Amino acid sequence: MAAMTLIEAIRTALDEALAQDERVFVTGEDIGRRGGVFRATQGLYEKYGARRVMDSPLTEMAIVGVGIGAALADLRPVCEIQFADFIHPAFNQIVGEAARMYYRSAGGWQVPLVIRVPYGAVPGGGLYHCQSVEALFAHIPGLKIVVPSTPRDARRLLHGAILDPNPVLYLETKYGYRQIRGEVPEVDEPLLPGPARVAREGADLSLFAWGLMAHYAGIAAERVAQEDGLQVELVDLRTLHPLDREAVLASVRKTGKALVVHEDNLTMGFGAEIAAILVDEAFEYLDGPVKRLAAPDVPAAPFNHGMFNYFLPGPDDIVAAIRDLAAY
Amino acid sequence: MPDESGLRPSQHLSEETLLEMYRLMLLSRRLDERAWALHRQGRVQFHVSAMGHEAAQVGAAFAVNRGVDYVVPYYRDLAMAIALGCSPLDFMLGLFARRDDPWSGGRQMPCHFSDRARHIISGSSTVATQIPQAAGLAFAIRYRQQAGQVDPRDKTQPRLALTSLGEGSTNQGEWHEGMNWAGLQRLPFVCLVENNRYAISVPQTEQMAIPSVAPRAAGYGAQGESVDGNDVLAVYDAMYAAVQRAYRGEGPSLVEAHTYRLTPHTSDDDDRSYRSREEVAAAGEVEPLGRYRRTLLERGTLTPALVDDLEAQTRAQVDEAQREAEASPEPAPEEADSPVLAPLPEGPT
Repeated sequence: MAAMTLIEAIRTALDEALAQDERVFVTGEDIGRRGGVFRATQGLYEKYGARRVMDSPLTEMAIVGVGIGAALADLRPVCEIQFADFIHPAFNQIVGEAARMYYRSAGGWQVPLVIRVPYGAVPGGGLYHCQSVEALFAHIPGLKIVVPSTPRDARRLLHGAILDPNPVLYLETKYGYRQIRGEVPEVDEPLLPGPARVAREGADLSLFAWGLMAHYAGIAAERVAQEDGLQVELVDLRTLHPLDREAVLASVRKTGKALVVHEDNLTMGFGAEIAAILVDEAFEYLDGPVKRLAAPDVPAAPFNHGMFNYFLPGPDDIVAAIRDLAAY
Repeated sequence: MPDESGLRPSQHLSEETLLEMYRLMLLSRRLDERAWALHRQGRVQFHVSAMGHEAAQVGAAFAVNRGVDYVVPYYRDLAMAIALGCSPLDFMLGLFARRDDPWSGGRQMPCHFSDRARHIISGSSTVATQIPQAAGLAFAIRYRQQAGQVDPRDKTQPRLALTSLGEGSTNQGEWHEGMNWAGLQRLPFVCLVENNRYAISVPQTEQMAIPSVAPRAAGYGAQGESVDGNDVLAVYDAMYAAVQRAYRGEGPSLVEAHTYRLTPHTSDDDDRSYRSREEVAAAGEVEPLGRYRRTLLERGTLTPALVDDLEAQTRAQVDEAQREAEASPEPAPEEADSPVLAPLPEGPT
């Protein structure tokens, strides 16, 4: 066992994948000599060379499009989009092409492509380095979305995403890169996209989150356990598409109350889908309204400190939301 | 370009191959005509035509290693698909949107070709999206060659990616970004631009400030050449040179085939609002199938009797494919539910 930060776990998984499978290569902007703007690929260019750790030209669209082509030829590309905010030029390649390829060819062609995407608010990032994009893509059939919140899951899920024959959007909380630390076993199994994880068991209230918000939710759940004696069940969804519906439903059947936290803005956010599922399939188990704690409906986290903190849900906000719902 | 013997590549083609090219152009044309008739009879929902483009497509297909090299076509490439080995039945099953349509099982519009065994990549209806994908396929070829896993001379393996699109589609960012990538990495990549002078209704003069797309290649470090796209052997010659450059590791090429779409854009289009009947009739005078027939008659490869025989054989093929497709089952409606996701591998959870 070793303690690692989230970014170290991602780098470890990339290193392992490059070592294990000759078909794996990584590409993106500044991921070569520079080792990535967040250092996710640090040292890999020196270790594996420019053929397998390849700087791309500045074109998110072609990073994904070339990745699709390489995946069709049975390579295992791991493409990096430098910031989620820059993914929009690649939207058509992801949504119109990668996600639809299997269906449109009646299963003839697969796209085993991984797209790594640092997402979410980070202090000083401003409107174009802070966006959360999961809801934009979770609507799309044929595309998987994973969002690890612990170093161990980050490593396992990256291996699982590479093994998956479908295109996978692998979202990384960049604010969590260095503030999230955790134990990572020496040897571990890959985790294919799919199962959620009950991060903390409890009977009073179900709390659903992913990425940085799952990390903050864990802090909040611990605080209300100590200060209020509330037993919160924290379900870290880990995969948003396809969603582990059974894990969501099982938890709410037990607790009767549900709170979803996301740093994406509220309207049409992924929390809305969870609320809809619960109302539809667990109505008779609910002892209160399904609540959502989310960022306000503004374009992204503002640059100014005070405005940034106002925008981003934190452990204090989650504690308050838990207390409100528990008291209902 | 002539070789050391003073001959153009097409002058090395056997009589048998010359005839095969004719036969495939004819087959595509007759399938195409039948599709229009079936549409006007209300028996099929939609057709997108390759009529007029047959020389560009067959000339290009014959220059690559058919069935082995990767081809990423667009929806107007019926003659190319036929030349790559797709059958009349394949086409008809797609036209009738039947369960056994090998390209999409009735999910896509007709002429959205896909054939994994023949290395034909499934395409969308959004133009130019295939260009960066073709660069990615070419990248994968080079990736394996550089690792020593594949011998660059091994003809059983793909050695290039050929992709195609219309001239209007070269205005898309995806074309430019894909071309830049292919040029930057000197990939084994050939782009065929089928220039039929119109992007649906908008003439090329209102699409770009230049009269020809070929010079755009220079901006990406690629070779660019314009060719008479109604002359199948001229297209073959230009494509042959491009393909050999790719095989030799000398980087990407663009071949622009100047041609004309003899029909409206699709069965849903009416071109009378944007093309004069005189212009369309004039294009019919120089259309590629008749032109190639005259060439082969002049050189004695074809005789009037053989022309008639081939017509009869082709008609029988088209009739048979239509009959078989029309009699084949519809998909069960609930087949619409899948296949969205490829199954996960066994083993890890």
